[in-house]
Amino acid sequence: MTNSEPALRVSAYQKRNGFTLDVAFESASPLTALFGPSGSGKTSVLNLIAGVQRPDKGCVAVAGHVLTDTDARIFVPPHLRRVGFVFQDAQLFPHLTVEQNIKFGQWFTRKGGKSALPLEVIVGVLGIGSLLKRRPATLSGGERHRVALARALLSSPRILLMDEPLSGLDDARRDEIMTLIERVRDEFSVPIVFVTHNIEEVRRLASRVVRIVAGRVIATGTPAEVLGGGSSSGPC
Amino acid sequence: MLGFSPDEWTAIMLSLRVATVGTLFGLPVALFLAYILARWRFPGKVVLDGILHLPLVMPPVVTGYFLLLTFGRQGAIGNAFYEMFGITFAFRWTGAALACGIMGFPLMLRAIRLSFEAVDRRLETAAATLGANALWTFLIVTLPLALPGILAGVILCFAKALGEFGATITFVSNIPGETQTIPSAIYTYTQVPGGDYQALRLACVSIAIAMIALIVSEILNRRIQKRIAVFE
Repeated sequence: MTNSEPALRVSAYQKRNGFTLDVAFESASPLTALFGPSGSGKTSVLNLIAGVQRPDKGCVAVAGHVLTDTDARIFVPPHLRRVGFVFQDAQLFPHLTVEQNIKFGQWFTRKGGKSALPLEVIVGVLGIGSLLKRRPATLSGGERHRVALARALLSSPRILLMDEPLSGLDDARRDEIMTLIERVRDEFSVPIVFVTHNIEEVRRLASRVVRIVAGRVIATGTPAEVLGGGSSSGPC
Repeated sequence: MLGFSPDEWTAIMLSLRVATVGTLFGLPVALFLAYILARWRFPGKVVLDGILHLPLVMPPVVTGYFLLLTFGRQGAIGNAFYEMFGITFAFRWTGAALACGIMGFPLMLRAIRLSFEAVDRRLETAAATLGANALWTFLIVTLPLALPGILAGVILCFAKALGEFGATITFVSNIPGETQTIPSAIYTYTQVPGGDYQALRLACVSIAIAMIALIVSEILNRRIQKRIAVFE
């Protein structure tokens, strides 16, 4: 695919509660969409990348860092992975202000001496400057997503994982967040993995699509290849 | 002072001291055990849970008797404490604090455990993905979110400790100025002719202290709830 290490390499087998997840793919794309119907295992893939779940067998590598490798007995715990996770329902800390929320990750990564993306820039791009003193309970759905995105970005992640960040939003908000995701993708050079079951989102945002059905990858490629030509792409 | 005799006053202050010390020493232990019971899975968890709740269902006199056997000067633990720290429990106010703390402990443990269980684990996951290790996650996410329940547990334990009678009198007896708490004093006054008035007065004091504790906890609880309220 590329001459250097791809941004993301996943190969995992996991059996849980009768559901078998068996996926393998890699991507060097700035925005990879995991696309498939509900219950197909897309979120589990994100959890495996973030280290929230452990595969029975497999490996996960992000930007050349091996985070999970069951054969080599490597499992980097979630808090050391530097993975930015934007959860489906934001998961903002209710007892902290917006400002405290978005600085949460920054505080821990700064201890490691790594330079973070500048707060002012992220706050500006996401348009949350006026929300900083408020508490999550007083925010609208769209505002919460923006704050969650800012929080994840400020932890200086190697990769940004987004779990259906657009579901449950009305069309106007949806468009607004999609525009923000495009800006994040283009301006902060953090590779994004994006879970969705919405074909429009894939077409608009993704440069690479991994199509997952019933716990298996059935196609990978560009949106045109995967969505236009059916499942014609070869295995990765 | 306030019309109380020195003996009554001593009993009131002693009760407050005993209940406070018993509760505060029990709190870190309760936090630790509640967290384990709420979050970990291990063999023997049901047994541990049962043992910790025993003081709630056993006759207080039995608890006091076992304390006497183990924490008395001849008891294994009591002797070790004396050798190591020079602390004696039997027939001392420290023993009263221990007995009261143990009797109130299950109430505190239960409230704290429930509040830990009520904290959304996905928030803890979110904290982990943001770089917080388990200890930091506990300190800045789980603990603050569980604070109302912890507070409720502390107040329950304090109130129970304040009213504890059976285990205390069995373990440390009823020595004015040393181990005579409000309940023991009330009991003593009811046993002497003409003590009714004093018994009633102390009973009112214990009700007043319990009410104040409940009101303070309610005020604090509202403040905390306001800060962490989630409404959609």
